[in-house]
Amino acid sequence: MQKVLHINADKCTGCRQCEMACSFENYGVFATAKSRIKVFDFHYTGKKVPYTCTQCDEAWCLHACPVEAITVDRATGAKVVNEATCVGCKVCTIACPFGTINYVQETGKVQKCDLCGGEPACAEACPTAAITYIDANWTGLSKMEQWADKLSNQSTAV
Amino acid sequence: MSWAGKILRVDLTAGTVKNEPLNMQWAQAYLGSRGLGTKYFVEEVDAKVDPLSPENKIIWATGPLTGTMASTGGRYTVITKGPLTGTIACGNSGGYWGAELKMAGWDMVIFEGKSPKPVYLYINDDVAELRDAAHIWGKSVWETEETLKKTLQDPLTRISGIGKAGENLVLFAAVVNDLHRAAGRSGVGAVMGSKNLKAIAVRGTIGVGNIRDPKAFMKVVAEKKKILADNAVTGQGLPIYGTQVLMNVINEVGAIPTRNHRDNQFEGAKDISAEAMATPRKTDGKKHLVTNQACFGCTIACGRISKMDENHFTIINKPQYRGASGGLEYESAWSLGAVNGVNDLEALQYANMLCNEQGIDPITFGATVAAVMELYEMGVLTKEQVGIEANFGSAQALAFLAEETINGRGFGIEIGQGSKRLTAKYGHPELSMSSKGQEFPAYDARAIQGIGLAYATSNRGGCHLRGYTIASEVLGIPVKTDPLESQGKPELVKAFQDATAAFDSSGLCLFTTFAWGLADLAPQMAAACGEQFTTEELEKIGERIWNMEREFNNRAGFTKADDSLPERLTSTDGACKTGPAKGKFNELATMLPKYYEVRGWDPEGRPTAATRERLSL
Repeated sequence: MQKVLHINADKCTGCRQCEMACSFENYGVFATAKSRIKVFDFHYTGKKVPYTCTQCDEAWCLHACPVEAITVDRATGAKVVNEATCVGCKVCTIACPFGTINYVQETGKVQKCDLCGGEPACAEACPTAAITYIDANWTGLSKMEQWADKLSNQSTAV
Repeated sequence: MSWAGKILRVDLTAGTVKNEPLNMQWAQAYLGSRGLGTKYFVEEVDAKVDPLSPENKIIWATGPLTGTMASTGGRYTVITKGPLTGTIACGNSGGYWGAELKMAGWDMVIFEGKSPKPVYLYINDDVAELRDAAHIWGKSVWETEETLKKTLQDPLTRISGIGKAGENLVLFAAVVNDLHRAAGRSGVGAVMGSKNLKAIAVRGTIGVGNIRDPKAFMKVVAEKKKILADNAVTGQGLPIYGTQVLMNVINEVGAIPTRNHRDNQFEGAKDISAEAMATPRKTDGKKHLVTNQACFGCTIACGRISKMDENHFTIINKPQYRGASGGLEYESAWSLGAVNGVNDLEALQYANMLCNEQGIDPITFGATVAAVMELYEMGVLTKEQVGIEANFGSAQALAFLAEETINGRGFGIEIGQGSKRLTAKYGHPELSMSSKGQEFPAYDARAIQGIGLAYATSNRGGCHLRGYTIASEVLGIPVKTDPLESQGKPELVKAFQDATAAFDSSGLCLFTTFAWGLADLAPQMAAACGEQFTTEELEKIGERIWNMEREFNNRAGFTKADDSLPERLTSTDGACKTGPAKGKFNELATMLPKYYEVRGWDPEGRPTAATRERLSL
């Protein structure tokens, strides 16, 4: 079963535990600036929204890479940057429509979410389940359940 | 480790910025944030210094757990000598700024002297420099944040600074970060203004990477987060209702100071409560409360984000106040509402937004307005003087006086001096509901005995955050004690004061203590910083910090006589009129000598030689 990161922004409190978990997993430090998932605050509405790579099937970044540094992790479906191959040309950062692959000055390579090899640290750290790692075919399950519940509470409709 | 090991020293007079190694011996003995910042302060500054003179210093300090994955690890403290009280002043704030400073690789920033012209400090990891602030001087906290992010071309920069109130030296001006989180009390913002220092803009990309035992740390912080999530207060009450969960609870025990402490229950409490914030308004059908909001690293998320009724009289034709914004918390709902007899929730949020916008402490502001309203009703102040009819309960007066105060206009200039100076000027010092010149917060010391002792002995003047005995006396955490009983309270107050000092100094939030004790903090500190940080060691460090603050105040000239409460709270004349505490007044005179004894102080409130030695002071 393939799983995906699923984001429910309504549950996000803006705490940045996900960003710290991401940077700790990948760099061994708590540094939100190094995180591959970012939480955005929209002050005027009070909305907080975590955002990261959705692992496109036909990934723009993968197709754009001239040295084939981005490959598919067969186990997770994640599009993974091979740092040894990446030449830091940044073409992938232009190709990605969502901005979720970015250049890192310190390494001279790009970085993106790789689903932590199947155990995403961000989802593990999220205290409100705003970020979950669930069955790719059933991301709508909990919403369906909510509506089903509503239906079950209705008296017989005729 | 887990300390960055570096501090920035900024000489504003000379315009220089220097990098210094952190004194690790002091860090072991005083942790960080409040404790360590205060240690640096008391070592470097004469206790008799004029708070608004260039000789005063002001320090921004993070704790060893700030910027880590320990829940609530986003706190920082601003330490200076306070202009409102003349005591050690120390304001603690959340938001994201503190973690950003730590992630830039700094434990603290010490400012000394006075800049010849308005400046701000820009920190980008290792690089720090003073920059001209001419374009932001005179601007609000909100405008400053927006402008600096544009100037620096970096939307991820975090800003801690002052609005117009700090520039105008309002004695209870706050330092505000991330739009609506504040080092709110004791006038730390005025000291910043007196130094021509507008803001500190920080971008930190280095991160916190020197945890002593990362594996053990990740395990223990996960366990402790679970305790917060499973606890009724930190897992349910605070995220759903915020601190406002207290409004109806405290009113029921008869402990909401109302109309400048004339009364101890507020008939309008339900109108300004958490429940009211979550109920659709009659006027526009929308809820006041939009969402909750966490500070950095916080798994509780008690913060409130609200939206006002666009047709409320306070914001007609003022679109800048229509967006979602911080508030109301219990303290501000009380200080702007109950203590002034105002039950108009929208007016309270308007006044609260103004406090954030230009940076003032809503507790001292609101409590000073209460004194003004009492003086007005007594006929001591007139409409001509105040600029408006200022009866208790007037939302119009509250909104008007908030505008005047943040803008430094009219009678607002006098309010900006706080209630102690204002009531003394008009011949009624007894009407200032304060201790050491700082106004009391939202718990009635007549109905809750221990909190009265905590107010009287607080090292930064009247304050609930130096020993929150409400947890025990009302909520039963960790054990229930009778709020009407003064016996046993000196011991309780001491225990709360010492534990609080340790929590504040770790870089974590005091609100974790609804679910955690020092025994929960200790293993997190041990994994991050060193095995010596046991529960007992943290208790001792907390007590050491408390005594260090006390000795600074003693050197500043404070004596036993300043460990006091106003007569209204300690005499039969002012006793509670209604509720379960009817007829009660605070028994401070009985508790204080016992408190000194428990503390190991002499009868004049000075730490004895034996106490100083025991605490290695």
